[in-house]
Amino acid sequence: MRRQDAVAWWLIFPALLVAGGVAAYPLVRTLYLSFFDAPLISFARSPQWIGIGNYLQALQYPAFQDGVRHTLYFTALSVGAELVLGVLTALLLNQQFAGRAALRTLLILPLAIPTVVNAAMWRWIYNPEYGALNALLTQLHVITGYRSWLGEEGLAMHMVILADVWKNYALVTLIVLAALQTVNRDLYEAAAVEGAGAWRGFWSITLPAIRPALLVVTVLRTVEAMKVFDIIYVMTRGGPADSTKTLSFYVYQEAFAFLRLGSGAAYAFLTVMLIALFVGLYIRLIRAEAATG
Amino acid sequence: MKRLGMLLVLVLCALLPARPTASAENVTLTALFMKQAAYSDADVRAMTAEFEKTHPGVKLSLEFVPYEALHDKIVASVAAGARGYDIVLFDVIWPAEFAENGVLLDLTNRIPKDVINAVWPGAWTTVLYQDRYYGLPWILDTKYLFYNKEMLSKAGLRTPPATWDELLRQARALKAKGVVSYPIVWSWSQAEAIVCDYTTLLAAFGGSFFEKGSPKFNTGGGQQALQYMVDSLNAGLSNPASRESLEEDVRRIFSAGQAAFALNWTYMYNMANDPKESRVAGKVGVVPSPGDAMHSKVSAVNGSMALGVMRTSKNPELAFQYAQALTSQAVQERYAKLSLPIWKASYSNPVVIKGQEALITAARQGLAAMYPRPLLVRYQEFSTILQTYLQKALLRQLSPKAALDAVANEAVQKRLK
Repeated sequence: MRRQDAVAWWLIFPALLVAGGVAAYPLVRTLYLSFFDAPLISFARSPQWIGIGNYLQALQYPAFQDGVRHTLYFTALSVGAELVLGVLTALLLNQQFAGRAALRTLLILPLAIPTVVNAAMWRWIYNPEYGALNALLTQLHVITGYRSWLGEEGLAMHMVILADVWKNYALVTLIVLAALQTVNRDLYEAAAVEGAGAWRGFWSITLPAIRPALLVVTVLRTVEAMKVFDIIYVMTRGGPADSTKTLSFYVYQEAFAFLRLGSGAAYAFLTVMLIALFVGLYIRLIRAEAATG
Repeated sequence: MKRLGMLLVLVLCALLPARPTASAENVTLTALFMKQAAYSDADVRAMTAEFEKTHPGVKLSLEFVPYEALHDKIVASVAAGARGYDIVLFDVIWPAEFAENGVLLDLTNRIPKDVINAVWPGAWTTVLYQDRYYGLPWILDTKYLFYNKEMLSKAGLRTPPATWDELLRQARALKAKGVVSYPIVWSWSQAEAIVCDYTTLLAAFGGSFFEKGSPKFNTGGGQQALQYMVDSLNAGLSNPASRESLEEDVRRIFSAGQAAFALNWTYMYNMANDPKESRVAGKVGVVPSPGDAMHSKVSAVNGSMALGVMRTSKNPELAFQYAQALTSQAVQERYAKLSLPIWKASYSNPVVIKGQEALITAARQGLAAMYPRPLLVRYQEFSTILQTYLQKALLRQLSPKAALDAVANEAVQKRLK
C-alpha cells in the first residue's frame, strides 16, 4: 500500500510541478508584491513594504470603483446574452433538418478567431465613416445618418458586448448541444401524449437535463468575462471618457503604463477575489444541484 | 533496453542547442519601431539593409508595434529582464520617465558637437532631460492643418484659414453650402492623440500647462482650447467620429473626401496625395496649424520622436552606430517623403523640397513654433487623466472648465508636477 502511494505521488509529481509553476507561484508572488510599493523597473529604487496601502488606495479610488461597475455590467450582460443565444441555437441545431452538419461546423468559426482579431474586425464593422453596420442600418432605414458607435458613452459598452457575445455564444451552444444529445427522446413523446406543449417540454424535460452543463459553462464564461481586457484594449482603449474601462484595464494601466507593479498586483488580486466570489456562488449551486439531482 | 538507451541519447542530442558555429563578430541587434505615421515599415527595412551592408556581421531584427503599444513594450521589456531591445523609438514625452528609471543610456558624451549645431534645436528637446541627451532625434514632427482645395473653392474660399476662428467660419460656410456634412476631423479618441490636438490649441490661445509647479491649463488659453473643441463639435462643424478616431482614422476620412480640414502629422501629406491611397490626391493643401489674432501667428505641438539605446543593451556602441546611421543627413534626405529631416541644411536641399514645396513651407513655420507637452516623470499618468476629462467635456458630461479643474485637482492631489 505504501509503495503504491509512493508510485502515485511520483506519477502525479510532474502535474503538480506544472500546476505549482504556472498557477500557485504567480498567485502567491502577486499577493506578496501587492503589499509593496514596487516599481516595475527597479534600477532606481527598491520595493518598500506598505502593508495593505495599495488595497486601501484602490478601494478609495473612484475610477477603480467605476471599473468594478463596468466589469460587473459587462459580465452580466455578455454572459446573460450568451446563455440565452447559446441555448436557443443549441435547441435549433438539435433538430433534424437539411444542412445541420454544415451549420454545426460553422459554429466553430467565431470560436476559432483570436479575440484580438475579432476586436479589430468589429472595430471595422462599427467604423463611423465606412463601417458595414452603418451601411446596413441606413439602407434598411433603421437609422437616418451614420453614427459613431464607439464614440458615445453608453453605446460604446454595448457595442463591445455585442462583439464579445458574437464570439463566445458558440461555446454555450457547443456544450449545451452535447448535453442535449443525452436527453431521451421518448420523454418528449410521453409528454406529448400527456398533452404537454413545446414550452412545457422545454421547462420540464430539456432544462433540467441541460442545467448541469449550463452551470459549468456559466462559470467558465463568467470568469473569462470578469477578466476581459483584449477586446476592450483593441476596440476602445477604455474610452470614451473611461466608460469601457474594466478592472483588467486598470491592472494593466497601473503596472505597465504607470510602472507601479505593487498597486497593479493589488488591483489584480482584488479582481481575483471578485471572481472567486462568483465561482464560490456557482459551486454552491452546482453542489446543491448534485444533492437534489 | 540498450536500444531504448540509444534512443534516449539521440533524443537528448536533438534537444541540446546547436553549438554556435558563427564567429564572434556575428551580432544581432533588436530594434523596436512603430507601425504608423512617419517612416513606413518598408522605409525602415531599406535603411536597415543599407546599415547591414556597411557593417558585415551585424544583423538587425526589427519589430513594429502601434504607437499606442510602444511605451508599454519598452518598459515591459526592461522589467522582463531577459535580453530585451538594443534600440528603441521613443516619444518626446518619455525622456523624463525613461531617464529617471534608467531605461535609456545617457548618450551625451557620444554625440559630436557639430552634430548638435547642425540639427534643429526643437529636435533636441525630444531627447533632453536635465541637460543630458538620451537619444538621437529622428522624426521631427508636428501637426499641420490639411485642407481639401477643391472643397474650399466650391465654397468660394480662396485661402486656407490663418486663425482658429477663421477655420470655424470657413467650416460653417462649407457646411451651409452642402459641400461636406462635417468639415473638420480630428483625432480625439481616448489616447495620446487627443492631448496633441489639445496642446496645439492651447499653444495657439496662449495657454500653458504648469507654471512654477501649479496647473495653469484650467484657465485662460487652456480653457479656451477645450471650449473651442466642444463648441466646434456641438455646432456640427467637427465630425462626431473624431471622438473615436486616431491619426490613421483621420487620414482615411480625409483621404475618402469626407472632410475639408484635418489636423495630422507630416506623413499624411504624401499619403493623401497618393492616388493609390486616396481619393483626393492632387487636391491636398497643407499649412501650419492656425494661430489666434490675440496670441499667435501659427500653432504647433512638439510631436517628435527619437532613437535611444537601451541601458540593458549588450552592444551599446553598435546600437548607437545604427541610430546614427538612421538619423544621418544622407539617409533622412533620401527618405524625406513621409518624415522631414532633423537637419537644418536639408531644408534648402532641392532633393528634399521637390514635390513637397507646400509642406516644407508649412514646416519652416510650424517646426519653429513647436510647443511641448509637460515634461513630467509621471507624464503617462497625467496624460491618462487629461484624456479622460477632455472626453468627458466632449461628451457633454462636464463643462470645459469643470473638466479641466478636475484634471488640475487630480494633478495636485497626486503630485504630478
